[in-house]
Formats: sequence, structure tokens, C-alpha cells
Amino acid sequence: MENTLPKPVSNADSQPYWQGAREGKLLIRKCSACGQLHFMPRYLCPTCWSGDLEWVEASGKGSVHSYTIIRRASDPRFAHLVPYVVALVDLQEGPRMMANVLGENALETKIGDAVSLVFEDRGDGDQLPQFKRTSV
Amino acid sequence: MKQPTSLKNKIAIVGVGESEIGRVPHMTGLGLNAQACKRALDDAGLKVSDIDGLLTAYSFTEPYFMLGSVMCEYLGIQPRFNASMVVGGGSPAIMLKHAAEAIASGQAEVILVCAGENRATGQSRDAAVSTLLAVGHPYFEQPYGGSIPGYYAMIAQRHMYKYGTTREQMASVAVNTRANALLHPNAHMKKPISMDDVLSAKPIADPLGMLDCCLLSDAGGAFIVTSAERAKDLKCKPVYLQGIGEFHTHEHLMCAPSLTEFGATESGRVAYEMAGLGPKDIDVAQLYDCFSIVPIIELEELGFVKPGEGGAFFAEGRGRVGGDLPINTHGGMLSHAHAGAAGGLFGIVEAVRQLRGGLGERQVNGAEVALVHNEGGILSSHCTIILANDKG
Repeated sequence: MENTLPKPVSNADSQPYWQGAREGKLLIRKCSACGQLHFMPRYLCPTCWSGDLEWVEASGKGSVHSYTIIRRASDPRFAHLVPYVVALVDLQEGPRMMANVLGENALETKIGDAVSLVFEDRGDGDQLPQFKRTSV
Repeated sequence: MKQPTSLKNKIAIVGVGESEIGRVPHMTGLGLNAQACKRALDDAGLKVSDIDGLLTAYSFTEPYFMLGSVMCEYLGIQPRFNASMVVGGGSPAIMLKHAAEAIASGQAEVILVCAGENRATGQSRDAAVSTLLAVGHPYFEQPYGGSIPGYYAMIAQRHMYKYGTTREQMASVAVNTRANALLHPNAHMKKPISMDDVLSAKPIADPLGMLDCCLLSDAGGAFIVTSAERAKDLKCKPVYLQGIGEFHTHEHLMCAPSLTEFGATESGRVAYEMAGLGPKDIDVAQLYDCFSIVPIIELEELGFVKPGEGGAFFAEGRGRVGGDLPINTHGGMLSHAHAGAAGGLFGIVEAVRQLRGGLGERQVNGAEVALVHNEGGILSSHCTIILANDKG
């Protein structure tokens, strides 16, 4: 079943991001000119437009900024997973990203919960950054 | 920053039309647009040859690329001003802004603005889903199985967390809006709903249930814009543009600067400033309501209530016809119609009708100034309009 879920699609902006995921790392963009970090990866820094960017590895720690429990999946490939959690996660480094909260107690997710990075295998070595609630 | 050239009292809406609404399998999306255009033209008492500009939006259901040109071709018109605007649900109000600016600068004299799709019957469920999925970021959101209701649900969760807005307050938006729709002869939904109906409806994405979500309708809408000068001797009493402003902060939810503060505050500020009016001057408001949380946020951002007080406003019934500030008097997208960009366009149609008067039971007594707010994406693009039936 798992392999029917959408696989990561890599392009010129994101190739190192997805390669990093395959190696178990969450890589985010940092601007060498102004120091700002951003998500999603881009050709230039959305704060100062410098093209001088580096990839840094995120700690994998974050907190839930908001979430929902999907009871009816719009994408039929996810229908067998309902109910499942989609969340916006604030990384400890600052940037915000979307992900699922996985794990046995995921449906008890609340805003402000501490979460930590895990990877979900989407087949053929493709790994999707995900989060689980940090056990209390 | 340089302020925009004021359009106050220079531009008028002189005709409005809406197509058959609901499940209309015997008509195409273009046909629904054409029917609305014909009705708007008749309403204005203009001839087809008077139209020298056309603006339309986009269609998810029919495979046309240059939709503005396609619409002109279908209608048999050869305009000197034409474009297709793709700013999501914000498109109709933004089209009014572009039409107004084009007329004010002499690029056209009479501009027809239309939008609509056969979203209820014109596509298979799978096709509908795949096009609507495209609202999520293809690489960094869609792999997580979110949905449009899911993205708005995350906004609702954050509003509940920050302000204590309740599930019941959101449900009251749907109940009030349905009550208004029952007063409209052409609304898609005709059955009253109770608070219990909304709270027990099929869950979609917590905290939103089926009745917190907009309809999928077959519908087209249109309005005709011209100069205040040209409007003077037309059939209907003109409705004058007083103020208009837009603002854009993001497209995808993951990139939204905030989940509780959006671009409506700034689009509203520009519109109020141009009009020389404030929230207290507004008699009736048509607020984009794709999901029940959205009018609550817009009511707050547009300054009608303080942040966090929008939910209580609806729960107290103050947004119904007869209340302090009647909102979505036609039934909004939750109950009147939602068909792509036509959803927000019907807010403009209804504002014009309220300002003309004579709507019977749903008429807001003494309505002189109306506000319309359109938003598109996930509260991404915003445009606020202020209209009046007198130059004041």
C-alpha cells in the first residue's frame, strides 16, 4: 500500500533536499548574506535576494504550529489512511514546513506539541521527512 | 509608499446577472457564463456592441487555456481590452479593480466581467479532486495528503487556540448564511439547517464538517462596469465604486506569514482610505465564505470587530438580515453557490442588488454603502471593495 503514496519529486531547486532525505538528513536553506533560513528551497533568498545560499542540517526538533485531522482524503491515494494528521511544524531553527504527525498517539496531537523528525519510506529509497510527537 | 490614484465616484457597476444555479447538467461552463452575461447586459439596458472590454478568470472543469479570449470568441465579441485573471477566489474583485483602472485611463468604456464553471456536473469526481489538489504545493504539501478543507482547518485550529473561538461559533456562520439563502430565489440550497445539523455533519478535516464547507455548484455570474459619466443615462440606478484595495502575502499555507493575520487588513485599509469611509459606515457586507472560519477572520481584519470577536458576532445572529451588519445576504458560497471564481463574484452581484433596493424579505433596509471582500488560495490573495448607491 505504502508505495501508492506520492513520491518526492526532485527538481533543480530541491535536489539536495531530497538527496539529504535519502541520507536521513533534513536540509534547509540558509542565506550566507543575511543569515536568514527559509523553507521551501529556492534559487535565491526570499528575504534579501542574495543568491549566496548554503544548505544546513536541521536539528529535527520542532513544535506543532497548527494541525488538522483529515477525516476525508481529497487525494484517493490517502483514503486508506484516514484519520491522519497534517500539521505545520515550526522547526527549532525557525522555518515552518508541512508534514504528517505519525505514530500511535498522533491523533492526540495538539498545538504546541514538541515533535521530532522521522523519515517515511516512500519506496525505491525515497524518504519523506515526517514528525512524531516527542514522547513525554 | 505612493497611494493609488483614487477611483472614488469615477466608476459604476451598471448591470449584474447570474445564471441558473445548482445542478445544471444541460449547460456548459461557457454557457453558464454566457447566460449570466446576457442577463447582465439586459439588466444594464446595453447592446452587445457597447462592450469593448472583457475580463474573466479561470476554469477547472473545461480545458481552455486563454479563457478570456475563449469567452470573447464564444460570445462573438472583439474587444480592445481582455485578460484572464488567475488570483483564485480573489479574482472577481481584482477584475473589478482592473476594469475600473482601464476605464479610468481610457483603455475601454464598457467592460464585461464574468466567471463561472459547471463544477457540480461538468467533471468527474476524480478530475475535480485532482484539479483542486493543485492548490497545495506540488512538492512540499501534496505528498502529505492535505486538502483545501484541511488547510483552512489548520487556520481554524489556530484561531480557536489563540482566541478561544468555538466550534459552535463557526457552525453559526453556516446556520446564519443558510437562513439568508432561504430568502434568495436562485440560491443552490433551499433547506434550513440547524446548529445540530452542522455539528453532526460528516467530518471532513477537524474542526470542519461538511456544512462548514462551500458548495460545488454549476453557476455563472457577470457584472458590467463603465464610467460614472456613461452610467448616468442607463436603465438601472448605478452603483458607484467608492474604494478598492488588494494585498497578497503568499500562495501556499506553509509560506503564510501568519495563520491568524492575513492580507485583508491591508486591502481593507486601502479601500476604506480611498472611500473616506470606515467599518461603521457599512450597511451590508458580502464576505468570502469558502469555509465557516473565513468570514469570522475577515470580519475581524476588516475592522468590524476586534480580533477574536468574530465568532461571537455570528453566534449572536448579528450577521443575519435584520442584524447589526447583515453578511452574505444571498447565502454566500456556503449556501447560494460556489463555482470557481463565480463564488466571490456573486458577492458583488448581491451588493449591487442590495444598494439598488427592492429585494423584499432579504432587503437590508436603507442600505447605502456595501463592502465586498474576496480572497483566493488559502487566504492568500485579498481584495476589498466599497460600493455606494449615491456619490455621497
